[in-house]
Amino acid sequence: MNKLDIAKSEPLWNTNKNIIYIISFVLMFLIALPLFGLNSFYLHLFIMIFMHAVMAQSWNVIAGFSGQISLGHGAFFGIGAYSSSFFFVQYGISPWVSIFIGMFFSAIVAVLIGIPMLRLSGHYFAIATLLIGISFQVVFQRWELVGAASGLWVPLTQGDSWSSLQFHSSKAPYYYIFLFFLVISFFAVWLLNRSKIGFRLRAVRDDAQAASSLSISVSNYKIIAFVISAMIMAPMGSLFGQYILIIDPDRMFNIEISIIVLLITVLGGIGNIWGPLIGAAILIPISEYSRIYLGGTGGAVDLIFYGLILMIICIFRPEGLISFVPKDILERKKQR
Amino acid sequence: MKILTVENLSRAFGGIKANEDISFEVEKGKVLGVIGPNGAGKSTLFDLITGYTKPDNGKILFENKNIFGLKPDKISGLGVGRTFQKLKPFADQTLLENVMIGAFVKENNIKKARNDALEIIEFVDLIEKRHHFARELSTGQRKRLEMARAMAIKPKLLLMDEVTGGVDQKTIPGLVELIKKMRNLGVTIITIEHNINIIMEISDSILALDQGKKIAFGSPKEIQNNKKVIDAYLGTVDDA
Amino acid sequence: MTSEIILQAIVTGLMMGLIYALIAAGLSLIFGLMDIVNFAHGEHLMLSMFSSFWLWSLFGIDPIFSIPITILLMALCGIVTHYFLIRYILKAKMLIQICATFGLSIFIRSIAQLLWTPDFRNVDKPLLEGRLEVASVFIGQPQLIASIVCLAAFIGLYLFVTRTETGLALQATAQDRHAAEILGIPSNKMFAIGWAIGLGCVGVAGGMMSNYFFIFTDVGINFALFAFVAVALGGFGSIIGCLYAGIIIGLVESLGGLLIDPSFKLLYVFAIYLLVVIYRPQGLFGRY
Repeated sequence: MNKLDIAKSEPLWNTNKNIIYIISFVLMFLIALPLFGLNSFYLHLFIMIFMHAVMAQSWNVIAGFSGQISLGHGAFFGIGAYSSSFFFVQYGISPWVSIFIGMFFSAIVAVLIGIPMLRLSGHYFAIATLLIGISFQVVFQRWELVGAASGLWVPLTQGDSWSSLQFHSSKAPYYYIFLFFLVISFFAVWLLNRSKIGFRLRAVRDDAQAASSLSISVSNYKIIAFVISAMIMAPMGSLFGQYILIIDPDRMFNIEISIIVLLITVLGGIGNIWGPLIGAAILIPISEYSRIYLGGTGGAVDLIFYGLILMIICIFRPEGLISFVPKDILERKKQR
Repeated sequence: MKILTVENLSRAFGGIKANEDISFEVEKGKVLGVIGPNGAGKSTLFDLITGYTKPDNGKILFENKNIFGLKPDKISGLGVGRTFQKLKPFADQTLLENVMIGAFVKENNIKKARNDALEIIEFVDLIEKRHHFARELSTGQRKRLEMARAMAIKPKLLLMDEVTGGVDQKTIPGLVELIKKMRNLGVTIITIEHNINIIMEISDSILALDQGKKIAFGSPKEIQNNKKVIDAYLGTVDDA
Repeated sequence: MTSEIILQAIVTGLMMGLIYALIAAGLSLIFGLMDIVNFAHGEHLMLSMFSSFWLWSLFGIDPIFSIPITILLMALCGIVTHYFLIRYILKAKMLIQICATFGLSIFIRSIAQLLWTPDFRNVDKPLLEGRLEVASVFIGQPQLIASIVCLAAFIGLYLFVTRTETGLALQATAQDRHAAEILGIPSNKMFAIGWAIGLGCVGVAGGMMSNYFFIFTDVGINFALFAFVAVALGGFGSIIGCLYAGIIIGLVESLGGLLIDPSFKLLYVFAIYLLVVIYRPQGLFGRY
């Protein structure tokens, strides 16, 4: 066989079989975990890890895969939370349906924000998204229809209810719901990465001018990335709203959301699909434990760690913690 | 048959006329060489044809279709490929992925696009480097990457900006051979080239620019004997 | 609505605008020099206000006299920031640069919250107090003096950058650091000087504002946001542009609050940013 035929006979993807075993094992472990009778603190911890991993993945799509640094991405979390809860509270539409309404609204907002933002790049884009993120909070704090500063209160059901997505006796159902969304979101991003769209997004990220010499409409792909990212973020807002049952602007549009998704992704490894999961699995426990043990001082202790970790990563490991994982666990050896 | 017709194309930046009233034609399957001293407007001309810079006025017909003022992605979608003088590889992706992104223009199936890309990589003689990241390649190899990526869109017209610029002497003959191989495939080529011997060797016709204006257009023979060209360009090369 | 109220809003906006201008000038100087946006700018402002507060509260030095100390402390803070953080990320991707200064902002703010709690503080009975009435417009004395001092500092900064040898060296580094290095201007030192001066500006603004502003750990956030807006409005890297931009922002804020709805003050300013960066990305006043 000549070299060309050898190259053509290579498998399309260089994923190592090991990673599939690792994922299956971890997944089965996570599915079985609540059966061992985790107490509600640990369930909460895992729920927060799952949720933040998905949120960070959403940010990874926009920043890591398409190269647009959004500092206001929490807005889509809030939009998801508000639109699903609003329809539930006002019209009694099941949260299961209103999750999709939330996704739909955040996709619309992503297009509306995305189009004027197309002309911006780099610092201009980052600052614009920061300002837009804050603007959402300001608007929702004063918007009477959605309860202004006091927000929306989800009416409580009698006991657990799958149809209203409320569980009062145990957190385990929430655990499985968030895990389910984690798996779906990661699988969707994994598919995206391997699709033509994924290739083209990376092209736009690496060099927009070269991309347009290959018949790639840079603006369309930037918008596509924005919409996909928003649609991953929104369900987390909806579910979190159902989890804490209060939807107020200070929680749902908190600037901290935009910060933490960035932090998790950069810590884990930006542009890598596993980065957000690794980042969340490390950062969320630090945050939850420091809140318990050191939390009496205004809850800022975890933020000290965040800031410090972020700076250290930027200085020493801009590729994130994923770069410590030996390459041959993730990939088959290539012929080079 | 004409594949590209440019008529009275002009573009000014502020007061500087980067391109002024430029007209020429390219026959299908031929190689047009563009020469001129630095600042003559060669790269601007490329940017105007490929849509990276909006022309002020004039006419650009590609296969009898007006492409004046279209966006770069539209123009490349019609089958106009290009390489860049300042190389623009997708640095964080492998050579194969770079070329695959080009191949996706004509092929939606990932496996087929991969195989198309591999054939083109074999064509530019870099098959062993296919899994190397673009940033790991030498300048000469990155030039080949850009040529392969542009070839992957199966262009009818290919604009190449200084293929032999910035590489060492040993690398040049291989790149020139590659241009000839591309021509033999029937691709129409417009190439900017500083090395006068190369341009004479590969071109069917030559467009000479100076200070944004066309000073000559004709066969290599005619250009070689053109008084204006000798004054503006060839003379300075001999001095150097 | 009487013309006095509008006049009052204009005067208030103008005075605030001069302070915004100086804060933005510090940000712009750093940005123009090394293409790095200091996302911790607001936290640096907060630190300078606290410096002024503690000098008053612990040593009884009135803010007006502690200004030189605050400037020095902030300049030192700038040099430390450069040597411990910025130096390492000069060649990093923009994302990493943004994350690094973003991380610094989180770090400073949360440390401050840990040390000083999120409580609101203020300087009691500073030397500068009271207000003047000029043609039925009330002007707070500390506000007036603060804006005058900021304007003076701004002019000083402008003269320094355009007239002194160090200032010209800074400009040379800003334009092309490699060319400047060949000319014997060490860019690393210039960057440190840039940070010292940039945060020194913030020191002046923070020190003067501590006379009349509540001092708390989140105080810098809105100022930093306005500084981002001012820098974009004035043209990234332009110092004189910051002056006009700061004044525009001050006026939009106070007049918008008066004429439309005060609870959306922030949004008016943000809207200007978006309009300007989308339709005139070089800023309203171009570069330099």
